[in-house]
Amino acid sequence: MNPVNYLYLSALLFTIGATGVLIRRNAIVVFMCIELMLNACNLAFVTFSRMHGNLDGQVIAFFTMVVAAAEVVVGLAIIVSLFRSRHSASVDDASLMKL
Amino acid sequence: MSFPLLTATAALPALGAVATAAVPAARRTAAKWLALFVSLATLALGIVVLVRFDPGGDRYQLTESHAWIADFGVRYELGVDGIAVALIALTALLIPFIILAGWHDADPLETGNKRWRPTQGFFALILAVEAMVIISFEATDVFLFYIFFEAMLIPMYFLIGGFGDSAHEHGDEAAATQRSYAAVKFLLYNLVGGLIMLAAVIGLYVVAGNFSLAEIAQARANGSLHMATNTERWLFLGFFFAFAVKAPLWPLHTWLPNAMGEATAPVAVLITAVVDKVGTFAMLRFCLQLFPEASKWATPVILVLALISIIYGALLAVGQRDIKRLVAYASISHFGFIVLGIFAMTSQGQSGATLYMVNHGISTAALMLVAGFLISRRGSRLIADYGGVQKVAPVLAGTFLIGSLATLSLPGLAPFVSEFLVLVGTFTRYPAIGIIATFGIVLAALYTLVLYQRTMTGPVKPEVAAMPDLRPRELLVVAPLIVLLIFLGVYPKPVTDIVNPAVKQTMSDVHKKDPKPSVEAAK
Amino acid sequence: MENLIALLVAAPLLGAVVLLCGGRRLDAVGHWIGTALSSASFVIGVVLFTDLLGKNAEHRTLMQHLWTWVPVEGFQADVTFRLDQLSMTFVLLITGVGSLIHLYSVGYMEHDERRRRFFGYLNLFLAAMLILVLADNYLLLYVGWEGVGLASYLLIGFWQHKPSAATAAKKAFLVNRVGDMGLSIAIMLMFTTFGTFAFGPVLSHVGDASEGKLTGIALMLLLAACGKSAQVPLQSWLGDAMEGPTPVSALIHAATMVTAGVYLIVRSGAIFNAAPDAQLVVTVVGAVTLLFGAIVGCAKDDIKKALAGSTMSQIGYMVLAAGLGPIGYVFAIMHLVTHGFFKAGLFLGAGSVMHGMNDEVDMRKYGGLRKYMPVTFITFGLGYLAIIGFPGLSGFFSKDKIIEAAFAKGGTEGWILGGAALLGAAITAFYMTRVMLMTFFGEKRWQPDENGHEPHPHESPRTMTIPMIVLAFGSVFAGGIFGIGDRFLHWLEPITGHEEGNSPVSALTVTLATMVVLVVGVGIAWAQYGRRPVPAVAPRGSLLTRAARRDLLQDDFNHVVLVRGGEHLTRSLVYVDHTLVDGVVNGTAASMGGLSGRLRKLQNGYARSYAVSMFGGAAILVAATLLMRAV
Repeated sequence: MNPVNYLYLSALLFTIGATGVLIRRNAIVVFMCIELMLNACNLAFVTFSRMHGNLDGQVIAFFTMVVAAAEVVVGLAIIVSLFRSRHSASVDDASLMKL
Repeated sequence: MSFPLLTATAALPALGAVATAAVPAARRTAAKWLALFVSLATLALGIVVLVRFDPGGDRYQLTESHAWIADFGVRYELGVDGIAVALIALTALLIPFIILAGWHDADPLETGNKRWRPTQGFFALILAVEAMVIISFEATDVFLFYIFFEAMLIPMYFLIGGFGDSAHEHGDEAAATQRSYAAVKFLLYNLVGGLIMLAAVIGLYVVAGNFSLAEIAQARANGSLHMATNTERWLFLGFFFAFAVKAPLWPLHTWLPNAMGEATAPVAVLITAVVDKVGTFAMLRFCLQLFPEASKWATPVILVLALISIIYGALLAVGQRDIKRLVAYASISHFGFIVLGIFAMTSQGQSGATLYMVNHGISTAALMLVAGFLISRRGSRLIADYGGVQKVAPVLAGTFLIGSLATLSLPGLAPFVSEFLVLVGTFTRYPAIGIIATFGIVLAALYTLVLYQRTMTGPVKPEVAAMPDLRPRELLVVAPLIVLLIFLGVYPKPVTDIVNPAVKQTMSDVHKKDPKPSVEAAK
Repeated sequence: MENLIALLVAAPLLGAVVLLCGGRRLDAVGHWIGTALSSASFVIGVVLFTDLLGKNAEHRTLMQHLWTWVPVEGFQADVTFRLDQLSMTFVLLITGVGSLIHLYSVGYMEHDERRRRFFGYLNLFLAAMLILVLADNYLLLYVGWEGVGLASYLLIGFWQHKPSAATAAKKAFLVNRVGDMGLSIAIMLMFTTFGTFAFGPVLSHVGDASEGKLTGIALMLLLAACGKSAQVPLQSWLGDAMEGPTPVSALIHAATMVTAGVYLIVRSGAIFNAAPDAQLVVTVVGAVTLLFGAIVGCAKDDIKKALAGSTMSQIGYMVLAAGLGPIGYVFAIMHLVTHGFFKAGLFLGAGSVMHGMNDEVDMRKYGGLRKYMPVTFITFGLGYLAIIGFPGLSGFFSKDKIIEAAFAKGGTEGWILGGAALLGAAITAFYMTRVMLMTFFGEKRWQPDENGHEPHPHESPRTMTIPMIVLAFGSVFAGGIFGIGDRFLHWLEPITGHEEGNSPVSALTVTLATMVVLVVGVGIAWAQYGRRPVPAVAPRGSLLTRAARRDLLQDDFNHVVLVRGGEHLTRSLVYVDHTLVDGVVNGTAASMGGLSGRLRKLQNGYARSYAVSMFGGAAILVAATLLMRAV
């Protein structure tokens, strides 16, 4: 199969993720959409690795996974503590980052 | 390697500042004595520099040179010429008087708070300023100079904003707002100047490849470093702008009256007598040496600005109602004379300008410190609140009069010699400008004598009737300054001997010769 | 002998330092220290004088170099003193009259708690005045020039608690500063022309310089002289200066300091000789002032202000003579010296009258005082006869010579100047007779003051009368000693030079004419103030009288043009500085603040709107990259 099709899939997944980040309010869903974007990138990396015949893309995919795992740890902790203090997981309720 | 005398002169007050700041809160008096002792020791070192300096010797003496940031050609290079030596001596001389005059200015109002240490901070900041000013005078590396030229803003900012007239300390919110406005204004003006200078410093590096004043000046002189006319002009303007803000030259002057008005009298002296001198000094050392052609190109405009400063500053001084702001505007007028002398490009003008820096430092210190003593007694800066002080405090009035007379350049007192030299030096090349500047001496008489008349003479106002005369500590501050004013007025030779060779060098840097008299009458 | 010159200055300078820094401890003896040191200076002056007399005329210049003052590339000012016939004359006048007035002040200031300080200032004045006349270059002369200005400022304002005194002192200093400006410009011009400003080189090279430059220098020197010597248009301060204690008026504002302008012109004679246009201006200034002062003197009821007008007028004579060039230099100085005697005597007499009359100065409240103060009356009367030029007395010899010299100028100018001088002599006779009659003759007109104290006129103590008697001797005999056999002429000629003019009228005619106008002046005054009783309240008077009472409206002019105009100027400048110069900066700061306030609104706290801007930014970047590649 033509590897370019994987890139189309990757782009599609990234767009779905990005749209989710922008339009959904639930922090858990936003979070999952971010994961979707990261994995779309991973897919693109792996595809490029295959297309160019070297391992660089796969190495970077591993890096991304490590970063994503670390992010999950921190991100979920933030969401949980936010939910505890506000009884809501809506990102729009947490708008304290302004003057 | 010989003893690094110049480093020591700057390092001593810097270490003293750290030590003073570290004195525990309860030992306030110890901090004062420590600061005074350090400043006196610095004065001793300054005198050693003065003695070791050989007026007939090399241009830069007591030099030190170490690699610092090798990648960018930044070196730790120190050296002094006659002009720098004179100004270092002035700085070292004035700081002990400033400390002594401000002895009680930073006493905390509430002694209950054990961790609050304004006194330590006040004296530490003064010493920090002294260290930075001295090293600015000594630096022969443009980058090194720039760092300390800018860094001294930080302690000055806290000195202006943090310590006002004791009269205004008592919970007066409006006064506190005024003070922080003045401090921020001071900082912003000088930062903008410094920023533009930074661009020019970087530009200079791009063109010249290093920061060494001596190397660049030499390369320019022997033609191995060629600067395009426009490049030179832009770089000159970048440097000059920063110095003109600091000096301050019209129309960049408005920060000075605010800063001097709101700061305590000793800090006001620190601003005008010490810190501002770095600006005029740097014009002589950096603008003229590095960019001689551009300096000549800009001369007409600068002379006109200086002339405006002289007349405008004096006229505004006449119109002031606040004693300290009056002195500030008088200083603007005097800085106009200094810049006029520098850019008239004659030996008399430049020697006069350098002498003027020294004399203005002493005379303003005398006038402003006595004014500070006066203000602290009555708790008001307004001229209209005084009257008849002469009757109740004759010594205070007498010293105030001598300070005023020095400000109006009475012959026999030091400022006369320098003012006359500047006028003569200007007149030989630009007669019209010289004549207009001479009007400044009439206006100077007007604002000083009106000030004296309104505060010291006339019927005694009830509010000043119980005013005590000068205390011994205060007399100890003023008397030596007055003696110095008289001494340098009748015998300025010690200073001119040191300054003259450096001026001769600068004159040859800019390829200018004094105009010849039309009749050769002098033998 | 040269080494004594510095001592002349050092003695009073020491006195000033000791008395002003000495503190209350010296209150009891301060006045005697001051008097002793000024007398010491006089004694040294006499010693030097006898030494000079023993030398040949051409060796009578002594120089003493003390130290190099301002050594700068191409600019050399030394502290060097020059004692020649001209400065010797001044030294004797200054220290002699000065010492007498010190003595007089011991009595006059007896009840003043600040007497020590007064003597300190007097000594300071003597030192500065001696520096002025002994200086060997114009810059050092400038030191003395402003030094006497300072002393004058301090002494006019000695009773500082009176606002009028403080204002008068300030005014005197400021008007003098305008003159000083002229002196500094003159020195600068000399420096650019000659490369030096020492007397010797400048005056001997005058011939090499262009006439334009010399005229400039001369006019600037004249401006300086106008300020110091109260000549039109800078005369307005002298009348107000009478706020000072009377000994000050006698010493500074009559005998010595105000004559410094004449000294300056005569000393710079070589420059003026080579600048005829400037000389013409000098004579015009002198002639105008001699009439101006005389007219003002006629209208004043304040005895000191009447005398001040007279001083102005008499100095006008001297300036007129000095403007005539070598014909007049010697007579200018001669009149200066005799005037020093009789005017100081007149002022001391006036002071003595005030001393006896509870410091009343209004002559309309005097009258008939000759019975109460015989010594004052006689000494004042001798001074009066001297000033109006009564034959045989001092003023006769000196003033007559000036009028002769004015005619000798020749041509129309000569007639105009001579006529003005004659007219001045008539007015002098009038106003001095008026002063004399109002003060010492007629009925007593004094009244109890509001507290019910009636003045008890009495003769002054010995310390005051002795100086008056000595000065009266000078007023009577000095002119004869100087004039007969042209002694003074021969003494000064080597310095100032001398020429005989060719007068269209003979000396005898001039003398006779002077006598006639003298009699006319005295006669009119007698008709007005001697035959009829003097009203205690001044009548309204003619337009001229009212203008003259207000110093011919010059103060009003100054007030409207300079004071008001200056106030408006400074006030509007303060406004401009605050709103415009500062406003530009503050405006920039404010607009920056406004801009950042708007930008702040983008920071709304919603994570999703930040995400939109991130995605938007990324999209723009990608698009830009693709676009760049495509192009």
